[in-house]
Amino acid sequence: MIDINESVMQFLLAFLVVGPLLGAAAALLPAPPGLKGRSPEQAVLRHGVTVTGAVLVAAVVLALGFDHDQPSKMQATTDISWIPALDVRIHLGTDGISLPLLVLTALLTFLSALYSYFKPPAGPSPKAFVALLLVLESGTLATFAVLDLILFFLAFEMVLVPMYFLIARWGGEGRAEAAWRFILYTLLGSVVMLLGLLLIGISAGTFDMVALATDNGRSLTTSVQVIAVLAVGIGLAVKTPMWPLHSWLPDAHTAAPTVGSVLLAGVLLKMGTYGFVRVLLPAAPDGLRTFAPYLAAFAVVGIVYGSLACLALAQRGAKGDLKRLIAYSSVGHMGFVLLGIATMTPTGVNGALFANIAHGLITGLLFFLVGALKERTGSTDLDALAEQTGAALYGRAPRLGGLLAFGAVASLGLPGLAGFWGEMLALFGAFDPADGLSRPAFLTFMAIGAFGTLLTAAYLLVVVRRVCMGAVPQDAPHLTDVRGYEYAAWTPLVVLTVVAGLWPKALLGLTDPAVQQLLAGGTR
Amino acid sequence: MSSLVQSVDWLAIAPPTIAAVVGLVVLVADLFVGEHRKPLLGWLSVAGLAAAALMLLPLLDADRSTFCLVGDTGVCSYTADRFTLVIQFLVLGGALLAALLSVTALKDENKRLPEGEYWFLFLSSAAGAALLPASRDLATLIVALEVASLPAFALVGLRHGDRKSSEAALKFFLSSVTATAVSLLGISFVYAATGTLHLTLVAERIQDVDGQLHTLAQAGVVLTLVGFAFKTAAVPFHFWVPDTYVGAPLPIAAYLSVIGKAVGFSGLILVTVVALPSYADVWGPALAVLAALTMTVGNVGALRQQAARAYSAVRLLAWSSVGQAGYLLVPIAAAAYTDDAEQAIGSTLAYALMYGAVNLGAFAVAAVVGRTHRRNRVADYRGLYAASPLTALLMGFFLLCLAGLPPGIIGLFAKVTVFSAAVDAGLGWLAVVMAVNVVIALVYYLQWTALLFRAPEGEPVRHRFTAPLTVAIALTGVLGIALSGAPQLVLRFTDTALF
Repeated sequence: MIDINESVMQFLLAFLVVGPLLGAAAALLPAPPGLKGRSPEQAVLRHGVTVTGAVLVAAVVLALGFDHDQPSKMQATTDISWIPALDVRIHLGTDGISLPLLVLTALLTFLSALYSYFKPPAGPSPKAFVALLLVLESGTLATFAVLDLILFFLAFEMVLVPMYFLIARWGGEGRAEAAWRFILYTLLGSVVMLLGLLLIGISAGTFDMVALATDNGRSLTTSVQVIAVLAVGIGLAVKTPMWPLHSWLPDAHTAAPTVGSVLLAGVLLKMGTYGFVRVLLPAAPDGLRTFAPYLAAFAVVGIVYGSLACLALAQRGAKGDLKRLIAYSSVGHMGFVLLGIATMTPTGVNGALFANIAHGLITGLLFFLVGALKERTGSTDLDALAEQTGAALYGRAPRLGGLLAFGAVASLGLPGLAGFWGEMLALFGAFDPADGLSRPAFLTFMAIGAFGTLLTAAYLLVVVRRVCMGAVPQDAPHLTDVRGYEYAAWTPLVVLTVVAGLWPKALLGLTDPAVQQLLAGGTR
Repeated sequence: MSSLVQSVDWLAIAPPTIAAVVGLVVLVADLFVGEHRKPLLGWLSVAGLAAAALMLLPLLDADRSTFCLVGDTGVCSYTADRFTLVIQFLVLGGALLAALLSVTALKDENKRLPEGEYWFLFLSSAAGAALLPASRDLATLIVALEVASLPAFALVGLRHGDRKSSEAALKFFLSSVTATAVSLLGISFVYAATGTLHLTLVAERIQDVDGQLHTLAQAGVVLTLVGFAFKTAAVPFHFWVPDTYVGAPLPIAAYLSVIGKAVGFSGLILVTVVALPSYADVWGPALAVLAALTMTVGNVGALRQQAARAYSAVRLLAWSSVGQAGYLLVPIAAAAYTDDAEQAIGSTLAYALMYGAVNLGAFAVAAVVGRTHRRNRVADYRGLYAASPLTALLMGFFLLCLAGLPPGIIGLFAKVTVFSAAVDAGLGWLAVVMAVNVVIALVYYLQWTALLFRAPEGEPVRHRFTAPLTVAIALTGVLGIALSGAPQLVLRFTDTALF
């Protein structure tokens, strides 16, 4: 949109990756004079806001300087040799697929830091909290920015340790076990993924994603592609998470602190689906075609399973935890993303990328809201909240109740909000899958997926009824309505949800050319 | 007559020679130095090891060989090529770090350890270990192996009146001597079949051994390998490790965990890749199975350690070093299956250099903690961050390097090269076994790391640092971080000529 010098663009992208790391190191040092603030805790939390704010500004400027007429072209590229022995290059770049994810990550991390500044997490010193948050941000941004398979793996692993500590140190009940489960599951997945990535790289003779995409799997035999897709796919599917590899997710979400949940759902899960689109789709198309029907089948099972689990949790007397419910709903939503990818059509993949962003915005908002609810009422247990008639949030804290209802209807895919387009396009893609994929099978998947949207609507409406509605009891304790800083943290998410819903072209215009190119094989 | 006199290239043999000579000087000087001046012996040894390591620099320009067969050009007993220099650097550098740990340990032992003998044995062992990678005939190889290990037995059992220490030494000695005897038998078989001891000649001649001697040659190959497998502490020759490490003074445990391994696997490489490439179909599968067993047993053993048991920190490091030995064996096994054996061997070297730096770093931190907590339990590391933040951060870094997880980037890349050697060689099953092991190992490394940052029970303990310990921790820390920024420094050995 605005013309920015190429070397400035390069710097901005490199800054996105390195900036948070430097910030993390600085967070561990004592504050310099003049920046001491009221207390060391306040100073370091402010430092977190400053650094993530700077990163967000850089991401926005990068998005503005991005040449929107050529979203399929890699822009702001840096390509330096790092480890010649392994043929690993520091190759950074962004196109229409990764740019929205970069901005989403920068935004959600900034909002999380802002929220934590006003509402410091309960647990040990915030110094380590801020440092870990920044390392997490660097790792996720790097995952979306790098164009080298080994670096992609490095970035993928980089988020594990900070997330582990965020859950294990600042989490709620059952945190230690949940943190272990999270890290062991994802690590087991990612070492298998490493084997697959090495197989691709060694067989094709390059680890460069752009070269691999241009090659479009021509230098890999079908059997290599099949094995590689299986290995890499397992790693990515654990992260996404795909049913039946999802079982780490509900525990991790339930135990994680609010900010951890927001980032886990909003950003970390996207790394898995991004890997499918960025690595497997262009580099091993034959392998993916072999597995696409299974992927789609698992995806729709995930959609239905997630919704049924949520329905069960939302029942009266089920002792359902709201955080756990949203975690299961994530399994369903990510199912739509996987279904879209499995169709291997431009429509489906665009839908998947759209649903990715929408899920990040909406689920991020929902976790913030549930966190706020827990802070006010001390519980996220639906039964404890709703008691007999309902928690009556509309009556007791109308704005909070309104936002929660907004998040819920956005999540169920109400047309006009962000959640709608992604799921519709994913189903639409399944209506007419790519050549070589069985159409009857995908029509079945589409029908099941569409049924899943009904179930999603059902449980979210049950949640709204039980949490927001009901009669206000006489002796109900006072509930604070939305505070100023909460508005600051949540408004951007609400606005973007509406904007993406009403003006989907803003996003699809970016992703579509890039997806067309990926599917056509690099250079069109 | 003059042709019978070999010309000796003194520069080429300087590194092991300096170590040996300084060892003798220390032994003699011990007789003349007064009680209160004994620490000088330690500093003399440290200086000697540093000098020996520095003497590697002039050798970098070109390969040198000495003690060659007269008339038969190119057949030598001692060669200082790239492979030799890398291992010698690892051995001498590792010994230097272990020596720094020893200076403090000897001071703390308060004369319970005889200093002169200690340093003499230490330097002799280091000299033998430095000689080993340069040996290019089977006799020199065995001599070097014994020079490296015999003093080590004595070092393990050196503590006066310590029953555990002597028991460990005896265990170590008996199992080691058995292994050496077996490999000597193997070497004699190989000699009988080929009529030579020089590795390159063995490689040539063993291909057309008389049909009658075929079984003899095969038995020789297997028996020779057994001896070297013991030194790397490969399963099933690993049982001596945990008790020995706990019984030995901590710096000796550190020394054995790195230099002992380096001795074992460099000997193994010389015997397999250099001497017996035509028997790759024998030792390839054997080493692959050995690698898989070693890493699994080592990691499961480490996983079973209880944090509250006495000496559990050293025990855990000992078991984990068995697991790490398994990873070191993977590329050697892969070398049997690929055309480019040197690339695979390069992965082992790169991994060993990474492992040497971070494992000695972890031992150095253990030495510091061991000064205030004599029982050195893993539980004693709780709250280290509160007591001394920088040390805790470095310890966390070392452990994550060993686990192969960012921010331990060099550990991750070292594992990547090992994985890629296995994948490249088509050893998919071994890669999968290793993948599972990496996850198992992560559990205990991460548990330990997490413990460092927990809130301390009660008041944080003040840890007593000494200058040598601080230097050792700082050196390994700087090395690990520098390598994480520029992994090419060690990974380049995977794409250069080694031999």
